[in-house]
Amino acid sequence: MNIEVEDLHFSYPGGVEALCGITLRVESGELVAMVGQNGSGKTTLVKHFNGLLKPSRGSVRVGGWDTRAVSVARLASRVGYVFQNPDDQLFCKTVIEEVSFGPRNLGYAPEKVEQLVRRALVMTGLAGREGANPYDLSPTWRKMVALAAVLSMDTPIVIFDEPTTGQDWQSVVRIASVIAALREEGKTVITITHDMDFCAENFARVIALGGGRVLLDGPANKVLGEAEMLAQTNVEPPQLVRLAKRLGLAETPLSIPAFVDACRRAVRRDA
Amino acid sequence: MPIINLQHVTYRYPMTEQPALEDLSLQMDEGEFVAVIGPNGAGKSTLCYTIAGFIPYFFKGELEGTVEVAGVESRQASLEQRVRSVGLVFQNPFNQISGAKYTVFEEIAFGLENLGVNREEMPARVERAMALTGITDLAERSPYALSGGQQQRVALASILVMEPRVLVLDEPTSQLDPVGTREVFEVIRNLAQRGMTVLMVEHKLEWVAAFADRVIALENGRILAEGAPAEVLTDERLLEHHFGFSRYTLAAREARKEALWPPSRRLPVTLEEAEAGFREGLGWS
Repeated sequence: MNIEVEDLHFSYPGGVEALCGITLRVESGELVAMVGQNGSGKTTLVKHFNGLLKPSRGSVRVGGWDTRAVSVARLASRVGYVFQNPDDQLFCKTVIEEVSFGPRNLGYAPEKVEQLVRRALVMTGLAGREGANPYDLSPTWRKMVALAAVLSMDTPIVIFDEPTTGQDWQSVVRIASVIAALREEGKTVITITHDMDFCAENFARVIALGGGRVLLDGPANKVLGEAEMLAQTNVEPPQLVRLAKRLGLAETPLSIPAFVDACRRAVRRDA
Repeated sequence: MPIINLQHVTYRYPMTEQPALEDLSLQMDEGEFVAVIGPNGAGKSTLCYTIAGFIPYFFKGELEGTVEVAGVESRQASLEQRVRSVGLVFQNPFNQISGAKYTVFEEIAFGLENLGVNREEMPARVERAMALTGITDLAERSPYALSGGQQQRVALASILVMEPRVLVLDEPTSQLDPVGTREVFEVIRNLAQRGMTVLMVEHKLEWVAAFADRVIALENGRILAEGAPAEVLTDERLLEHHFGFSRYTLAAREARKEALWPPSRRLPVTLEEAEAGFREGLGWS
């Protein structure tokens, strides 16, 4: 399911203009990372995709639905949104209730709910913790509960707002595997992140926002190589891209194998 | 004399069997910048709370061993002594912002008001803390109408303004953009160089490697490895225990298998080390 954003402007009450004319399209099945400095409008933009915010000017269409004409509740069947802070999202007494709430609310049959909940729990590594109170879990696991509670709604579009914040290595690997699984299922995934290495390794397309505008939008190996433009919005290229640049390698390697490949080619070229 | 001295500290949260910290000993000298790394649940936040005195004052539970900060055993320290010697920046800025103030400026002044600082002295100190954390522009905004990263800077400023001798930070850059992260590390290193003692929990290994004097790898409430960043952050046990390595370290480790990284060279932890090693490995030096 696609998203069409047309000259989107948005001002918060009190006058801070957070988005100043954004136009972009996200096609069905794309994996998109959104990067940019604190306060650049990333969260404000994605909150338009599920209708939590409505455009001050311009429009946002999700699978053809104009978000101003459709309720947040209806949009929830199309767009799942995992909050930056799980504490803003979780409210049930047990993990299983929390994860079942969304699909039940969408009116799925009990068997379907059960199946979706199981899948979400397995994907996030929460199987075995169904009875726990989310607030007794560590922040890491609370984040996983927040993820599972959205995954279980089986929406064609899934949005993650800084999913790797405060997560250790293993959880970042787990989140990457969740994203890979969603890609296999043909979902559209949009992720806000400050972790450029995670961004490089998991997303085909990168959009850089700055001051409420789109600064860069394109394939990850193009956008993440634009060090000067990225610097305008407080972003540095990923570690291996910076290293490749220092070494004068021609490529913009997005992963460790790609970097080692680039070294191999450079040595062969010299020989 | 170390400014922080933990001896055989074991701590259990109320109603738990498994200790969150187990027989942990740690000394820090004044002006030292120590980074604590470790998987989630390793005890990193618990260590922060212990040094800051939130354990046992706020979180009850069972504390064994001794915790000395600035020469005072934490169980003997008054609230005022603790507040003046240690500042703690919480992992989640939402938990730190007081809720009692309408502007960022007032929020940052809040700690000074509680410490009874002269009214004349406050504005300059608040301005300085805002400048250090890059939030001067936000002075008149509501602390609640900010992005996550902006709130995190406010939380940091609200502690820095009190100029504690010991600064404890629990993942202070988790929501910051990459340049903001580097700036916070720079600010903190400068404070350490001017004598502030810093213990910082952090997952971003690239910046830990570039800025910290010493790294402590914590797992299951115990110290798994401790030492200079270059040693600890290339210790293979970290991979076995799922701490991860930086991309520089991992790339060199892979390249070494194909002789693209010099076999005699230690794996790199910073961009500069990686560049030097790969130049040699690729025969360009």
